[in-house]
Amino acid sequence: MKSKKFWKSEGMVKFSSSILAIVCGLLFGLIILIASNPAQAAGGFFMIIQGCFTDGMEGIGRMLYLSTPLIMTGLSVGFAFKTGLFNIGASGQFTAGAFAAVFVGVKFAFLPPGLHCLVALVAAVAAGAVWGMVPGLLKALFNVNEVISSIMMNYIGMYFTNMLIQRTVYDQVKNQSLAVAPGANLPKAGLNVLFPGANVGILIAVGCVVLMYVLLNKTTFGYELKACGINPDAGRYAGINAKKNIVMSMVIAGALSGLGGALLYLSDSGKYLQVLDVIAPEGFSGISVALLGLSNPIGILFAGLFIGYITVGGYNMQLFNFAPEVIDIIIAAIIYCGALSLMFRNIIYKMQMKNRKRSEKKLGGPDTGKKEEQG
Amino acid sequence: MNVLYFIVQQTMYFAIPLLIVAIGAMYSERSGVINIALEGIMVMGAFVGIFFINIFQGSISGQVLFLLAILVAGIVGGLFSLLHAFASINMKADQTISGTALNMFAPAFAIFVARMIQGIQQVQFTDTFHINKVPVLGDIPVIGNLFFQNCYISTYIGAAVFIAAAYIIKNTRFGLRLRACGEHPGAADSVGVNVYRIRYAGVVISGVLAGIGGLIFVVPTSTNFNASVAGYGFLAIAVLIFGQWRSNKILMAAFFFGVMKTLASAYSTIPVLKTLPIPNEVYKMIPYIATLIVLAFFSKNSQAPKAEGIPYDKGNR
Repeated sequence: MKSKKFWKSEGMVKFSSSILAIVCGLLFGLIILIASNPAQAAGGFFMIIQGCFTDGMEGIGRMLYLSTPLIMTGLSVGFAFKTGLFNIGASGQFTAGAFAAVFVGVKFAFLPPGLHCLVALVAAVAAGAVWGMVPGLLKALFNVNEVISSIMMNYIGMYFTNMLIQRTVYDQVKNQSLAVAPGANLPKAGLNVLFPGANVGILIAVGCVVLMYVLLNKTTFGYELKACGINPDAGRYAGINAKKNIVMSMVIAGALSGLGGALLYLSDSGKYLQVLDVIAPEGFSGISVALLGLSNPIGILFAGLFIGYITVGGYNMQLFNFAPEVIDIIIAAIIYCGALSLMFRNIIYKMQMKNRKRSEKKLGGPDTGKKEEQG
Repeated sequence: MNVLYFIVQQTMYFAIPLLIVAIGAMYSERSGVINIALEGIMVMGAFVGIFFINIFQGSISGQVLFLLAILVAGIVGGLFSLLHAFASINMKADQTISGTALNMFAPAFAIFVARMIQGIQQVQFTDTFHINKVPVLGDIPVIGNLFFQNCYISTYIGAAVFIAAAYIIKNTRFGLRLRACGEHPGAADSVGVNVYRIRYAGVVISGVLAGIGGLIFVVPTSTNFNASVAGYGFLAIAVLIFGQWRSNKILMAAFFFGVMKTLASAYSTIPVLKTLPIPNEVYKMIPYIATLIVLAFFSKNSQAPKAEGIPYDKGNR
């Protein structure tokens, strides 16, 4: 009986509706592939499904590397969602953090190796937090819609870091930032032996997932934040300082994104900050990850890994002459289907009802109380 | 004087697309549906419109082609926005989620299709739509120089759309019903207004205008389309909020932003600004910083539609 209850629980229904959304998204991707090139579609689609496993251990390392920043920005957006804010500014916070990390990485070469990396990470957290704090303060003090101010902060962050890169840590030949000192890169901690390309970044990301889970679910502070998110009026009535909470949650969200920027650019992977008028895509991917993970830290961890997984698959798909953008199309379709989760949940409920009716026929006694609850 | 003419002409290129997309967004939001998908819809409209120009520029030319492309972009934008309407009205989905999905889908789709068809993601087009001087009107002193030289036909279309849209939402039965659905859908429903249909109309209008806006933003400011409208969809939402969901204020907000953007991109041609020792990037940041500051002053009494973002459920009346 207990296992049956588990399968019917709210979380399980949400989970299975997410899986259904993923399946629908993948099917949509398959249709796109067939429509554009029927002969290669099967091979290309197989590459997506196979994801990182095509390249063995190296693929897994690549997936972990790609997933790390997505988990961080996903956590940032998801955390803000839980507290009733839409942090569309993860990109700007991510860029600010990335620049701070690279700046410290290049300029503070006098620090001993381990400490150097730590200082760079702290700088990134601080920069991201400041970038997140601005929309938070504007919302708390002046009632400025955080969506708009975050978008503005994205652009300001992009131009600002471009300017600072060109004035401080600029490699003119390649139009990008200089390489950071070796001591500033994240330690590999043996992970690269098993999965080439991976480093402790993924462990830090997992640590943040656990931290956010505990913060949201086991502390008074997290409870207050969630209460304000679900019903601001009730929160205020209960004596929660809503303004302080808005600023705090934006600061935390910004710090998470900023750390994500540091984890991506301190990886010794040949990736440098480019001086381009393009907003960092990791922030927007973070929105997808948060939505796919239902804003739950654990869900976000898996959603981030999943997106990393099929992104590697998308690169491999180029062997079959497909543009890797089909991955973004699939992710978009998954999120759209996720938005239709109400429909999916209804389907699942209906299936459960059918099953129950069948079992009731066998047992011969209707369970009316439950029926109402589920309908 | 020439500098002033130049600034006004440039401002039109930036402000008109922003204006009509923001006006479209006003229709969606005043009907009660947050449309954060405008960016994606603009990309979609611009992509199909530019592709249309790319294909037919050999056979049709000049203003006819441009007008047809605008029509195509509008239709595509309207169709694409139906996805958002379906999710947020029928399925009662979270409107930010479905909007985000559309925003992600559009550029990916544009790049994918462009690369599958022509190998590269940039869609080239030849700009044969630029009007040096409108006959007769262009010869009027001052006004002719300001508004009827170095322009595109889209400027006048945009202005006409704005006037029509501002009139309709304020003075017609449809406009009144639309506003009612955004403030108190239950009340509107109780007097026989079909809330779902009105909201569909609001979203589709915003889609059509965003599709057109995407195309008329790309044509004057670029020679190819690279799956991006440079965040203009988001900026249009900023203009909408800055303009407090009211058409006249949106007009002012759009031009405020257009002027700022012009100063940012063309400051080097303005003698006074050129001599100042301010780096290039600071000018580029100014429009966004200015918007933040202005918002801080004007957001205290937000006049957002009351039922905005809340799916309407007949059962909850």
